[in-house]
Formats: sequence, structure tokens, C-alpha cells
Amino acid sequence: MLSYALRTLTRMALTFFAIVTIVFFATRLSGDAIDYVVGEGITSEDRALLIEYYDLDKPLFSQYLAFLHAFTDGQFGLSFIERRPVSEIVVERLWPSAQLLLPAMALTLLVSIPLGIAAAIWRKSWVGSAVMAVAFLGYAVPNFVLAIVMMLVFSYWLNWLPVVGNGTALHFIMPTVAMAGVLIAALTRFTRNAMLDVLGQDFMRTARAKGLPEARVIVKHGLRNAGITILSVIGLQVAGLAAAGSVVIESIFAWPGIGDLLVSSALRRDYPVLQFGVLTVALAVIVINAAVDLAYAWADPRLRHTVKA
Amino acid sequence: MTYPAVPAPSLPAPSLPAAAYQLWRSADVIQKAAILIGIALVVLAIFAPLIAPFDPNSQSLISRLRPPLGFERAKAGYLLGTDELGRDVFSRSLYGLRLTLMLAGLGATLGLMIGGTLGLLAGIAGGRTEATIMAAVDTQIAVPFTLVALFLLAILGSSIQVIVLVLGLAGWEQYARIVRGEVKRLMNMPFIEAARAAGAGPLRIARHHLLPNIVSPLVVQFTLSLSNIVLLESTLSFLGLGVQPPTATLGSMVGIGRDYMPTAPWIVIAPAMMILLITFAVQILGDWLRDGADVRLRAR
Repeated sequence: MLSYALRTLTRMALTFFAIVTIVFFATRLSGDAIDYVVGEGITSEDRALLIEYYDLDKPLFSQYLAFLHAFTDGQFGLSFIERRPVSEIVVERLWPSAQLLLPAMALTLLVSIPLGIAAAIWRKSWVGSAVMAVAFLGYAVPNFVLAIVMMLVFSYWLNWLPVVGNGTALHFIMPTVAMAGVLIAALTRFTRNAMLDVLGQDFMRTARAKGLPEARVIVKHGLRNAGITILSVIGLQVAGLAAAGSVVIESIFAWPGIGDLLVSSALRRDYPVLQFGVLTVALAVIVINAAVDLAYAWADPRLRHTVKA
Repeated sequence: MTYPAVPAPSLPAPSLPAAAYQLWRSADVIQKAAILIGIALVVLAIFAPLIAPFDPNSQSLISRLRPPLGFERAKAGYLLGTDELGRDVFSRSLYGLRLTLMLAGLGATLGLMIGGTLGLLAGIAGGRTEATIMAAVDTQIAVPFTLVALFLLAILGSSIQVIVLVLGLAGWEQYARIVRGEVKRLMNMPFIEAARAAGAGPLRIARHHLLPNIVSPLVVQFTLSLSNIVLLESTLSFLGLGVQPPTATLGSMVGIGRDYMPTAPWIVIAPAMMILLITFAVQILGDWLRDGADVRLRAR
């Protein structure tokens, strides 16, 4: 287990290092970023001063080293536009994002696990077909279209829900549902498939032959085993989908989270903020993946012995 | 004991229309609907310049924000109404569909070429080459691609070339994994060994013996990834990071139109429905093809 954990952590660190490097050099591909910020009508002395201020005059490789150094002292630079530390700007966006993501994840689990199990148990009846049809449709609907349609119906036509912002509890309904939509569709399909794999196993028949009640067979023997697969899917697929969803949903509903920050700083070409924001989200996703990976190995001993690094 | 080789029964190769008819016969109602929708969308996209009644970018300030035909204040000739600059929503949707499908097609093809080449390389070369390529695959999987796309477009600008590149980078790792897996499986097969014994070099083996055997999983993956790429393109355009105005893409029409939703919802509805139809049709077709390929694998 320890060596498996070490391998996972090493891979995680290498992945993050690769992303840091790619992000850094990609940012510098675009020439002098300063021109996007100051615009026309600046004297060349002022421009030179700004370039010096943001260290854009140093050789590329020493800029890269300085950038890596930032991970030791936390000095990630200043926003081009807001003129304050990017770490401060990004960190204050984390909590609103979590406030949206956690309920959306909870909703996803509450809806898709029972639906997926139902679709697996009754796969040959209309229940299974109906669940899978809805899941399929849900996967085909882009989350921004879902969000826009909900806004149109519930805010503009029915006047039930506020359009944008995060002031009251009512503000949470549409973004949460819009975010959860695609996650539910994805996880329902995975849950169904994972359950189908388990339902055909010998130990399920044994459990029934022992005379256990059906519900207990499904939950204790079926779900416990399928749960391991479902967990890995949550780590690999759902974390990525959720990160992508945050970008779109937060930007539509003017939700002051990190996704909204990324879109607005991309549109305003505020590279320091964009760079640090992308790295923060990437790190979060990598950490979740690694955590799930470790949980997976801990729950299923077969894995840590068979899988080579 | 060994069995004597049974000569394969020589079936006449089915002609293309006959094969298409067979496929059509094997589809269920929803799949037939998806096929028809797919064909209709492609035809609309190809013939957009002939079908569209107006130039998609010509503005008319006196006929701004008119509703679709059949509603009060509608203006004759403007089937789906006009947008905030008096442009015809129907014409813009057609051109948007055309551009969206073109970008997605190019992006998916680029992804296939990048991923297919790297996968082939990894599978044939093995060793350090394979390890490096698979490490790149793992990195790509670990990062949510929407973020990477956002980042690249912000830095490199939203020219058509950059957009196609970004769409191509989305999903290449799927092809690489599939091709590498298939190649590794095939490389152990006797017919590859026979080819090698007959003096075929790696290029000849790749071209004549490996590629024909991995076409069908690649076609399936191409279809499945196409709908993801349409979604990615639409999302980026929606956020304002795709093809820049005034050029219409379906995503940017929804993105800009949402500001006018309370008074003119039709600007958003037409392109949003088109995006839905594309992703729906493509996903159904992809699933159908995948199931077909699976059956053949099982029968083998």
C-alpha cells in the first residue's frame, strides 16, 4: 500500500509540474502581454516601466525559475487589472465555487445512484429504458442551453426565481440544477453499467441462495462492489466535468466563483490571474484524482498488486 | 490436433447502397430519427448559402428584434425573426450551423490524426517512446480540457486556426489509447509475425496490416468525440472565446442573444435547438455504431 501511495503521489507531482511548465511557456507565446493591458496612448517610458514592473524584460528561463520559486514563497504576482496579488483574488473565489459545487454533487449522488441501480435491476422493463433515455438526453443537452432554458422559463416567464447572483437561497436553485444536470446523466449511466457488471457475479447468486432479502443483496453485496467502480468514475470523470461546468454555469449566473473569474480574466487577458486560476483548478482536480485513486486501492487490494506504475 | 483450414465462403461484396439499406433496416425508430436529423443538418450546412434568404451579417436597423413569422410585429420574409441588429435569425443559424460543423469536423479530424499517429508510434515502438506518449496521455486526462481551451484561446487569440488546433487537442488522447491498445493486441497475432517474416518493414506493417484492423474502433471513437467537440466549440463561442463577431456560430448566437432573452427569446431558441439536435443525433449514432462494433467483437 505504501509503495502504491508513493507512486500515486509521484505521478501526481509530475503531472502538476508538467502543467505548470506548459502553462508558463504558453503564456509567454503571445509576445508582450503588457500591450493588451495598457492599450493605446501610453508613452514608451511608461511601457518600459510596466514591463520592468512585471519582470517581463528578464530572460524567459529566469522568468520560469522565478515562477517556480513562487511556489515556495507564495508570491505569484499581481493582477494586470486589479493590481493586487493574484493569490488573494483567486482564493476569495474558492468558497463561492464550493458553495455551488457541493450541493450540485450532493444532488448528483442522491439522484443518479438510485436511478442507476433501478435502471440496472429493471433493465428489461420500461423503467430501465426510461431512465436510460432521460440520462441519454441529459448528456446531449449542453449545460449552457439547460441554464438558458431554465432562466427563460423560471425567471422571465414565470417570475419564480431570480436571474443572476448568489444573494439568497432561491439563487442557488437554478445554478445547482444546471450544474448537476450533466453530472447526473453521466453518473447514472456509469452506475447502471457498474451495477450490471456486479449483478451477474457468482457471489450475488450465493447471497440470494443463502436466503438474504433482495434489498440486502442489492445494497450489501451489489452496491458495495459496484461502489468501488463508481468511486473511481467520480474521481476521473465527474471531477473534470464539474470543473468545466463551473466555468460555464458560474459565468451564466454571474456567480462569484473561480469559473467566472477564469472566463472574465480570459476575456480581459489578465494573464497572471488566468495562469494562477488555471493552476489552482488543475491542482484541485489532480488532488481529487489522486485521493480517489488511493481510496480505490485501499478499498480493492487486488489493484495495488496488479497495476504497475 | 489441428483442423484443416476451411475456405471462407466467397460472398459478393455488398454495394454501397445495399450496405446503407442494411444499416437503415437494422436501426430502431430513434436511430432512424437521428440519421434523418443528421442528414438534414449536414444538407442545411452545406447548402446554407443557397437556402439562406439573407446575408447573415447584413444589418437592418428598422427591423430590429422582430419575432418569428406568425407572431405580432413579425416582418415578412424573416422566418425565425431578427436579432438585435436586425439580422435574419434563420440565415444566421444556417451559417452558424455550417461553421460549427466545419470547425468540429476539422477539430475531430486533427485529433484523430494526432492521437492515431502517437498511438501507433507508442504501440509499435514500445519502450521509452511509449512511456513518454502514455505519460502525455495521462496528463491530458488529468486536466479538465475546457480550462486548457479557455487558456489557449485567451493567449493565442481566437483565429480559426487556433480554434481548430484547440478542438483537435481535445480528445486526441482517446485515439492514442485506443490505437495503442489495438496495436499491442494485434502485434502478437500470427499474421503480423507472418508479415514480418515475409520481410515487411514497420511502415508497411502499420499501413497494410494494422490500420485496416483498427478502422472500426476509430470510426466509433470519431463519432463519439464529434459531439463532445461540438459541445466544446459551442461552449467556447458561448463564453465569447470562440470565433469573433459578427461571424455567427451557434454558440455565440446563444451567448450574445441571452442579453435579449426577456424581450426576444427567439434569438436564442433557434441556435440552441440546433446545438441540441446535433449533439443528440451524433450521440445516438455514435452509440449505435459502438454497439454494432461490440457485437462484431463478441461474435469473433
